[in-house]
Amino acid sequence: MSYRKVVVPGEPLEPDTEGDPKYIVVDESGTKRAAVIGVIDVRDSKKYFSPLEGAYVPKPGDIVIGIVTNVGITNWLVDINSPYTAVLNVQDVLGRPYNPVTDDLNRILSVGDFILAKVVAFDRTRNPLLSVQEKGLGRITEGKVIEVKPTRVPRIIGKKGSMINMIMEETGCNIVVGTNGRLWIKCPESEKESLVLLAIKIIEREPHRKGLTEYLRNLLKQEKLIRGA
Amino acid sequence: MGGSNKSEVKLIDESGKRHDGRSPEDLRPIRMEVGVLNNANGSALVEFGRTRVIAAVYGPKEPPQKYVALPDRAILRVRYHMAPFSTEDRKSPAPSRREIELSKVIREALEPVVISELYPRAAIDVFVEVLQADGGTRTTGVTAASLALADAGIPMRALVGGVAVGKVEGVLVLDIDEVEDNLGEADMPVAAAPDINKVTLLQLNGVLTQEEFERGLEMALNAIKKIVEMEKETLRNKYSKVSLEEV
Repeated sequence: MSYRKVVVPGEPLEPDTEGDPKYIVVDESGTKRAAVIGVIDVRDSKKYFSPLEGAYVPKPGDIVIGIVTNVGITNWLVDINSPYTAVLNVQDVLGRPYNPVTDDLNRILSVGDFILAKVVAFDRTRNPLLSVQEKGLGRITEGKVIEVKPTRVPRIIGKKGSMINMIMEETGCNIVVGTNGRLWIKCPESEKESLVLLAIKIIEREPHRKGLTEYLRNLLKQEKLIRGA
Repeated sequence: MGGSNKSEVKLIDESGKRHDGRSPEDLRPIRMEVGVLNNANGSALVEFGRTRVIAAVYGPKEPPQKYVALPDRAILRVRYHMAPFSTEDRKSPAPSRREIELSKVIREALEPVVISELYPRAAIDVFVEVLQADGGTRTTGVTAASLALADAGIPMRALVGGVAVGKVEGVLVLDIDEVEDNLGEADMPVAAAPDINKVTLLQLNGVLTQEEFERGLEMALNAIKKIVEMEKETLRNKYSKVSLEEV
């Protein structure tokens, strides 16, 4: 037996429901309750709660896409679509000690630049710390960045990447998914880019739809024929 | 107001019906809608009869003034405001003593259910704007704010609903409107979270006996159960509607 149902805040959940403990509260009588609007996935007596709404809270190890909002003396402040502004230190970007005489922070990254970075530390008492010391991380110089609800990210990736791989296969675009709900899309042509946007928009609107991956695969195939792409 | 009008307006007629045709235990027609604003993280419009209130939620976000932040949880900031066109005579848009008080009362009605510990040092802003006032604006405001918070994805222990009970011509009546509030003997707004058995707002203006108070509270809590059920239905519809849209 498998089915899906939408639950709302305060709605009691079965005691064996699994899911992010952030979004499942236990009341004074010991009953588990949903804390946000979400979906219960029931599959072979396994119940899993996934939220449909909610803000992004940084976690060490997350790959995020940020926008530089301020240039400091030895660091940058980065908006990562979360309640907390992230910090990126200059030593981390340079990979060597910072020399105030020769290095100009504004030349390296300026306000409005997009970066792909990794959250290296966040303990809720201080703002999250970012790093770009890994292959592929750093300033984003091409393509397009779009924003979706952070709670949609698991659905956009799909089981073991099934959804995102399908979209990349069908469109030939390269997509980098930031855990904070920002997607970096690199397409060979703009026609393909609009196909990706179409698919992402449908996922954002109806994440709880059954057989969404197959539905989108067919839709993309049809659209490619119609648009002659 | 009151006084001289009292003899002219019959608030309860011979058959026990109220001036608008409701029986004492009837609610006004209620309409709820979520996601009515694009720029807010969450929003809701709630109507209790002619009372119409819109609520918008922003956050959790960094508070504009760092010194107001709390180290262990998010702060909830609520602004209750009546639009200049919400009343019969134009209301000055400047926040009045009453609006500042109601902002506090609504905030305290929401604080017990918002799980603010999840977002330390952050702020959650709730704007409650009364578009049209016909009695019961604070309880309608609490209901709208609760829906808007849920729409914004702020974790909550339960949903809150509110309704007022009043006494007119010696009879306890549910969900009083402006006329009944002005000419009646008592007005008792109540907000509660029925899922977790908590009353989060309880005020009383006027005089009730102990029996009347207990009976009135029971009437209000029963009505709030129905109101919260409607809130849940509204939130569920936000998602179940889209899946029926296309085949």
